[in-house]
Amino acid sequence: MPAGATRASHTRGISEPGSPARQPGWGGRAGVRPREKVRKDDGAFGMKYIWLIPLLPLAGAAINGLIGIRSFSRRVAGVVACTMMLGALGLSLLAFWQLLALPDDARAYDVVLGPWIPNIPLATRTGIGLFYVPWGFRLDPLAGLMILVVTGIGTLIHVYSTAYMADEPRGGVARFFCYLNLFCFFMLMLVLGNNFLVMFVGWEGVGLCSYLLIGYWYEKKSAADAGKKAFITNRIGDWGFILGVFLVYSTFGTFDFRAVQNAAAAMPIETGHFGVLSAICLLLFVGATGKSAQIPLHVWLPDAMEGPTPVSALIHAATMVTAGVYMLGRNAVLFQQAPEVMTIVAIVGVLTALMAASIGLAQYDIKRVLAYSTVSQLGYMFTAIGVGAFSAGAFHLMTHAFFKALLFLGSGSVIHAMAGEQDMRRMGALKKYLPVTFATMMIGTLAIAGIVPLSGFFSKDEILFRAFLANKAIWVIAVITAFMTAFYMFRLMSMTFFGGYRGPAWETAGHAAVATAALHGVPHPADPHAHGQAHKKDHEVTHGPAEPHGHLPDEDRAARAPGVKKDDAHGGHGHGAWHGPHESPPPMTFPLMALAVGAIVAGFVGVPAALGGNNAIEHFLEPSFTAQHVEGRAEPAAEPAEGEHAAPQASRRLELGLMGFSVLIALAGIGLAYKFYVTSPEISEQLAERWAGAHRLLLHKYYVDELYNATIISGTFAAARGLWNVDRNVVDGAVNGTGKLTVVSSWFSGLTDRTVVDGLVNLVGWVVQESSHAFRRLQTGLVQNYALLMLFGIFAFLSIYLLAR
Amino acid sequence: MITPTHYMLLSAALFIIGVIGVMVRRNIIIIFMSIELILNAVNINLIAFSAQLQDAIGQVFAIFVIAVAAAEAAVGLGIILAFYRNKETVNIDEMNLMRW
Repeated sequence: MPAGATRASHTRGISEPGSPARQPGWGGRAGVRPREKVRKDDGAFGMKYIWLIPLLPLAGAAINGLIGIRSFSRRVAGVVACTMMLGALGLSLLAFWQLLALPDDARAYDVVLGPWIPNIPLATRTGIGLFYVPWGFRLDPLAGLMILVVTGIGTLIHVYSTAYMADEPRGGVARFFCYLNLFCFFMLMLVLGNNFLVMFVGWEGVGLCSYLLIGYWYEKKSAADAGKKAFITNRIGDWGFILGVFLVYSTFGTFDFRAVQNAAAAMPIETGHFGVLSAICLLLFVGATGKSAQIPLHVWLPDAMEGPTPVSALIHAATMVTAGVYMLGRNAVLFQQAPEVMTIVAIVGVLTALMAASIGLAQYDIKRVLAYSTVSQLGYMFTAIGVGAFSAGAFHLMTHAFFKALLFLGSGSVIHAMAGEQDMRRMGALKKYLPVTFATMMIGTLAIAGIVPLSGFFSKDEILFRAFLANKAIWVIAVITAFMTAFYMFRLMSMTFFGGYRGPAWETAGHAAVATAALHGVPHPADPHAHGQAHKKDHEVTHGPAEPHGHLPDEDRAARAPGVKKDDAHGGHGHGAWHGPHESPPPMTFPLMALAVGAIVAGFVGVPAALGGNNAIEHFLEPSFTAQHVEGRAEPAAEPAEGEHAAPQASRRLELGLMGFSVLIALAGIGLAYKFYVTSPEISEQLAERWAGAHRLLLHKYYVDELYNATIISGTFAAARGLWNVDRNVVDGAVNGTGKLTVVSSWFSGLTDRTVVDGLVNLVGWVVQESSHAFRRLQTGLVQNYALLMLFGIFAFLSIYLLAR
Repeated sequence: MITPTHYMLLSAALFIIGVIGVMVRRNIIIIFMSIELILNAVNINLIAFSAQLQDAIGQVFAIFVIAVAAAEAAVGLGIILAFYRNKETVNIDEMNLMRW
């Protein structure tokens, strides 16, 4: 790549001196460094090569996909994928570090690799524009945050997957890592693209990879169906997104984010009416609802749990589903110009949060609880964006990525320990067997519940505070959701790790272990689907004969656990028979611990001013959410973000009060869950019986799937069937009719041919033949006959000559 | 006095005899000889009118006719000979290979 292909696109922003309100950046180096230095190649080495960040996972996907599926061992496939992700992580860290070194109003760096779509004249609203799309990447604070989340958590999950997928067939592992790397490539394209179309490439690509990975166990019908459901639901959202992108082009004549933002900032705010900016924002929001599983397109995410658990952690918790939030944040300037749409976003977000959290109260599948929790937390992020707190939304995106990835990986560890069991009613008391998983998941749970020093507390309270300032009703719903979150998360922990063991019994004897395992309904290790196998319906039936083992005293089991661990420690982690719940191998526990650290400390970058911090992340992200300052405008877009810091002392007390309140709410939720599911579990059953209707409603997820089945899907089917009938009767009828008509007319044509044409020809022949019969008598062959005739002829001519004269 | 009329009557008589000979006889040699009669009937006419008109061209024509008749006789007799060698006959009724 020639050096000339790299350029900084908004040099104007950098050359503008003395921009007010310069905040010290992270590490405090920001203001010191002279700006000219930045333009030099050595200063921007890391950022110059940001295009390598997505390309490394792509290379990994290519290697694993083209060669690995056929010839790599499980270990090599995993090492290739992890190496590529580590490389991307290293580059991301380098680029991010150099981004921090820039002055904070100049933190943006564009790399254009070359033209993608060359200049094509194309009509816009204001005339003929040049349709030019480059392969352009932009590193700015928001993108920097996202690449760190994607590569950081992505790397951990790759490492985790090497152990989690160890029982898969060899080619399957390579295929899995190929998809996973490909996903990281598209996700990084999505967050690094500097224009809508590059983002759209990533946007569609992550949807594709999501489909591929949900349907990774494609022989299983439910997984294949879930993949299709996710893909189709996402397509509905993408329809809105692409329409929004078209409208962006026709309005602004460009796809470049910065140019669009600057142009949009110059337009009047559309208060009280619904103009073109509102239309763009609404369409983009439709796209975001699809990708981020908001009402009414939230139905695919819980089903996506059919995929392997690392996929759920990476794609359906930490990164892809936050793409909608990222996209809205990327277009923050547009949304700030369209307050009506912001209101819609906030309402949809908070309703999604509430609905998903309430469903999470009654689910029994451990991954589904987490899935609804994800939907709910995404709702939080949208609420934040809806009330104008873009930084808070992005902040929550980051902290959520840590603790939700942690929770999913922890649940994967639990599922691994239970040999594929996902139903929490068949777990319990696992704390003893899975100490690391338990400890890390507990950290994640406390983080998501919003207990004081953990990351979720800071981001969630930032959202709640901003919601409180914007709209009390939204705040109330959000607080109820927070309560539910604490409750269902602690319910999950209680059912999984506390109480009595309710799962299947196991056999410790080495001999005949496989046979016994089969009796227990535990899949044989050769079964490629040993992990992630959802609800085994025949569970109760199959493990009957081994009942005596189920009544072993707990001490006995505990005594056996170390032996189990030793068995796991040696390489490959290939299980024989299932020896009961056991801690996962180091490649799985290490990411858990790393993410747990993240879940603890990630919040400290956003300590609000009320607690003595300076909310560093908000100042850091702010340039991404505001239009360029040099337009000579009063930067109205920046107002909401700035407003809080100028808030008087009274609001500080208010903020502290709200924080205390939400912590109390979270503690109340935890306490209630502990009482319901640990100390006196009968209460929850009584409640479920007493409110059977409500319980059933929640268990069946408000019957949304059924509603969609009854309306949209069956409507589509009916329409398709109707069209099929039209096709069969009208179109096919027309074609067949034409065919019949042709056959009949050609039959007549043939008849004519046979009778008239052939008849004429035959007639001529017949006439000639018959007449020749008569005339050939003349040819006697006798010379004297001829001579006689000649004589008569001469006489005749002479007579005529003589008489006629 | 022998007038041209007499010559023409003689000529016509010879001609008719020749034609009848060609029509009715079966022997090809006889037919051949009848043709000679027709030619000589013409010659008589030519000579008669040559004398009558005091013009020698008629006599020159007669000499030509005799020459042509001689050539014709040679060719015709050749054909007849070839035929006779094949068919062992000179009957004209046997010569009907070109009939239908």
